[in-house]
Amino acid sequence: MIRYLSRRLVYYVILAFIATSLTYFLASATFDPRAQYSQRNPAPPVSVVDAKLDHIGVNDKTPILVRYGHWVGDLAHGDLGQTIRDTSVNQEFWPRLGVSLRLLLAGSIVGILLGVLVGVWNAVRQYKLSDRVTAVLSFILISTPVFLTAVFLKIGATQLNSTLGFQLISFTGEATPNLQGGLAAIAGDRFVHLLLPTISIALGSIAIYSRYQRATMLDVLQADYIRTARAKGLRQRPAILKHGLRTALIPMTTLFAYGFLGVLTGATFTEKIFGWNGLGAWFIDSVNANDVNSVVAYTLFSAFVVLFAGFLSDVLNAILDPRVRTQS
Amino acid sequence: MTLTDSSTSRAAGGDVPLLEVSGLTVGFPTPDGVVEAVRGIDFTLRRGEVLGIVGESGSGKSVTSTAILGLLPPTARIGGSIRLDGTELVGADDRSMSAIRGKRISMVFQDPLSAFTPVYTVGQQIAETVRIHRGSSKEEARARAIELLEIVGIPDAPRRVDSFPHEFSGGMRQRAMIAMAIANDPDVILADEPTTALDVTIQAQVIAVLRKAQQEAGAALVFVSHDLGVIAGFADRIAVMYAGRIVETATAEDLFTKPRMPYTVGLIGALPRLDQRSGQPLVPIPGTPPSLLNLPTGCPFAARCPLVTDECRSSEPPLAQAEGVLGGHLAACHHSDELARTGADPDEVFDLPELEAGALDGVPRDERETVLHVDGLVKTFPLRRGAVFKRTVGQVWAVDGVDLDIREGETLGLVGESGSGKSTTLHEIMDLRRPEQGSIQVLGTDLGAGQLDGATVRRLRSTVSMVFQDPMASLDPRQPVSDIIAEPLLAAGTPAGDVARRVPALMKMVGLDSSAASRFPHEFSGGQRQRISIARALAASPRLVVLDEPVSALDVSIQAGVLNLLRELKAKLGLSYLFVSHDLSVIRHVADRVSVMYLGRTVETGAVDEVFEHPLHPYTQALLSAVPVPDPARERAREHILLPGDPPNPTEKQVGCRFRGRCPVFAMLGAAEKERCATEVPLALPHGRDGQDHTAACHFPQEKQLV
Repeated sequence: MIRYLSRRLVYYVILAFIATSLTYFLASATFDPRAQYSQRNPAPPVSVVDAKLDHIGVNDKTPILVRYGHWVGDLAHGDLGQTIRDTSVNQEFWPRLGVSLRLLLAGSIVGILLGVLVGVWNAVRQYKLSDRVTAVLSFILISTPVFLTAVFLKIGATQLNSTLGFQLISFTGEATPNLQGGLAAIAGDRFVHLLLPTISIALGSIAIYSRYQRATMLDVLQADYIRTARAKGLRQRPAILKHGLRTALIPMTTLFAYGFLGVLTGATFTEKIFGWNGLGAWFIDSVNANDVNSVVAYTLFSAFVVLFAGFLSDVLNAILDPRVRTQS
Repeated sequence: MTLTDSSTSRAAGGDVPLLEVSGLTVGFPTPDGVVEAVRGIDFTLRRGEVLGIVGESGSGKSVTSTAILGLLPPTARIGGSIRLDGTELVGADDRSMSAIRGKRISMVFQDPLSAFTPVYTVGQQIAETVRIHRGSSKEEARARAIELLEIVGIPDAPRRVDSFPHEFSGGMRQRAMIAMAIANDPDVILADEPTTALDVTIQAQVIAVLRKAQQEAGAALVFVSHDLGVIAGFADRIAVMYAGRIVETATAEDLFTKPRMPYTVGLIGALPRLDQRSGQPLVPIPGTPPSLLNLPTGCPFAARCPLVTDECRSSEPPLAQAEGVLGGHLAACHHSDELARTGADPDEVFDLPELEAGALDGVPRDERETVLHVDGLVKTFPLRRGAVFKRTVGQVWAVDGVDLDIREGETLGLVGESGSGKSTTLHEIMDLRRPEQGSIQVLGTDLGAGQLDGATVRRLRSTVSMVFQDPMASLDPRQPVSDIIAEPLLAAGTPAGDVARRVPALMKMVGLDSSAASRFPHEFSGGQRQRISIARALAASPRLVVLDEPVSALDVSIQAGVLNLLRELKAKLGLSYLFVSHDLSVIRHVADRVSVMYLGRTVETGAVDEVFEHPLHPYTQALLSAVPVPDPARERAREHILLPGDPPNPTEKQVGCRFRGRCPVFAMLGAAEKERCATEVPLALPHGRDGQDHTAACHFPQEKQLV
């Protein structure tokens, strides 16, 4: 089992490197970092721009393979290079990482837990009113883009706050600046700020996961082993929860890995909309600024979290399903 | 003492029925009306008694057992009464039913793989049954699980208790299922087709275990099955179900010797028998069972019954004491007195089809043309591992030395348990390619002799055709029947005009109405679908038809008609059949010669009556003894050879005789003789009676009469 998973990890490192390298080439070929400097007013001399771009490592006059070679060399030392403004990518990257991870983690966990719960509830109460209503809601949510959901949530929260007359839900940034108070006050403040962004990225996954969970659960409810469990003398609820749910979760683990891609994309928009200083917002700014090294750094991050999500889903799958364990 | 006082009646035992079902009805509402799955059933069960319930699919037998357990879906409408020791179970709430399930009434289900939760160990699932009802600790329950697995004969139980269901073989899973059923010493065990998916030697093991477990727990047993043969030797009393009712019930002996309902008579006659010489046609019951939706008035069997009169069509006969038999022998028929008068011989009651004599019947075997000759066929599959980079880590010896010989107008029965390589052998033949090792000759053309040109392959393709096991899965659901039958003709390049003439003729030949040509497969019943498959196989006028378990998905009464049709076609068209079946009774009935396979190798071959009556190889003997004979007296008197364990894994290249690990003869041999079995592969030699067509691959063959 350990061997199987460690082998998986090695594959993942290779895959992440390939993904990042491909992004490097793509970004280098399409971005125009020179414009960032040459279009300034007054335009700096070409030699100055060249020197600047050489220092950052994105001079289009240097062959791309040479630039790539330098970049890989730096990466081997843990250096992600310079941003377009000639500051260290590392300095921009690491502080934002915590911000993004907090949002991604909260969004994924809430999405998975509620998605599974709603799915099971719908399956057990198939064709009842609750099932039909959630079905309609799910389809509305699945077809609504995250940035729209986020904006609606914002409007809703503003209305709520103005009705109440005080700021119940704060949703700008990840914390209130210069907040005075103890640890509890700071934690509470962070939690309130986390609320809307989490909901807006979790809603989509709840909608999708619950649909799939409902389908796998319905299959399992028809299964012979549920009938066996009942024939042993288990009541309906323990039979379904103990013998059904675990089996119904097995196919879901793969979906969680793919679903994480959606969460990541959603988080990119959400950070921007709610004014979070995370990697997603930084990524969008970097694309606008023709910043090759920052975009590549973001790709490295996203490749790793997506592959790690895949790794976790493999682990989860092996924990839930003994048939996978014995094969390796 | 009152009937409702359960403690006293339990202690008294004897006279008070343990389980009393009266007037039980079950209906399932559908958009088209109510499907009346069970229409008034009465029976009683005494402590320690074995009741067999026999019926075809849709007769309501499984619904009855599920109703007793109270596990029907909530939409089902249940009427009548089910009393356990006087306590009413119909309408009882889930809490009190849950206290009874698994403790006083337990169940053994048909398919032991899907009946176990895949993610928990077998031990956990057995222990759970104990813990629910006894509140034992984890350790106590686990100890009890080990004890139970030992009772049902799982070797090395303390270790196997931690295995997952998928790590058990089919037979072991069914044993574990039985262990679970007897965990709390139940009063009643309901077994719903407990051996249907199993091989015949494993079936014999499981029945022995079930009988032992039932005696150990002192329980009454309800054994539900479609197989009269399995029930015959096992049950004290038998109830025959048809269209949601019991149509006849009697002691096992009485039912088989003096049936008083034409359906029972037909079932007995339709069953091919291991102990009857080949050559006679089977009794076909015409038509199909009625739909239970909006059942017409009158006897539901009327449309298929040879004794039918106007009375049968207007009123449904009650289940009443029959004429000329013991008390307690009940039959639901207006004409049971007529059956009593005539003796109820199936061949007399039903119209037996005349079998035409084939043109080749008198011709000796040696003078007939060889249609298929297979010699020393080997097929291996690589065993691969690895997620990204596959590497070969071993081989599966699926077929490892198969010899077959089929002459013109002859049926060769190929027999073996699952995993013995029957299907691989068929695929190798149907591939029409050079075999890995050994030789295949089809009508004199050697498939190993260089690359065959396209024209030769096409010619051979139309001379060999195949009928598959599952008549639904092997017909394209989106093609009308005429297109399905025409396909082999079009593939062979037949002109459109000829095709249009040939399709209706083919349909008529297999007993289908040619006006149904534009319909789709789902509009036909199982038996009719298999007839369509046969018509398709015959379309290109083949010389050899390969039949892969052609009747194993069909009910007994339908099976008889299809088997008769196959014999008739063989005689009329001079066909040769390679007939694969796991059912030795069917083989005895249809085959001229039989070939027995074990673990990829032919172990015994010969004329069918010779092999069945004078078997030489210990494996053939075990197979024959494991097949139940539908005759209670004979079945109980027969010698039964129980083979230990399961067939070994075909991933190892076998040295010496591959059967020796399970062989009862090997176990009795001296050291020097054992050495010979362990090192020398036995060759197929004529060990049998002089001048007989009979070979066996065994170093120490000993004839044994078992049928």
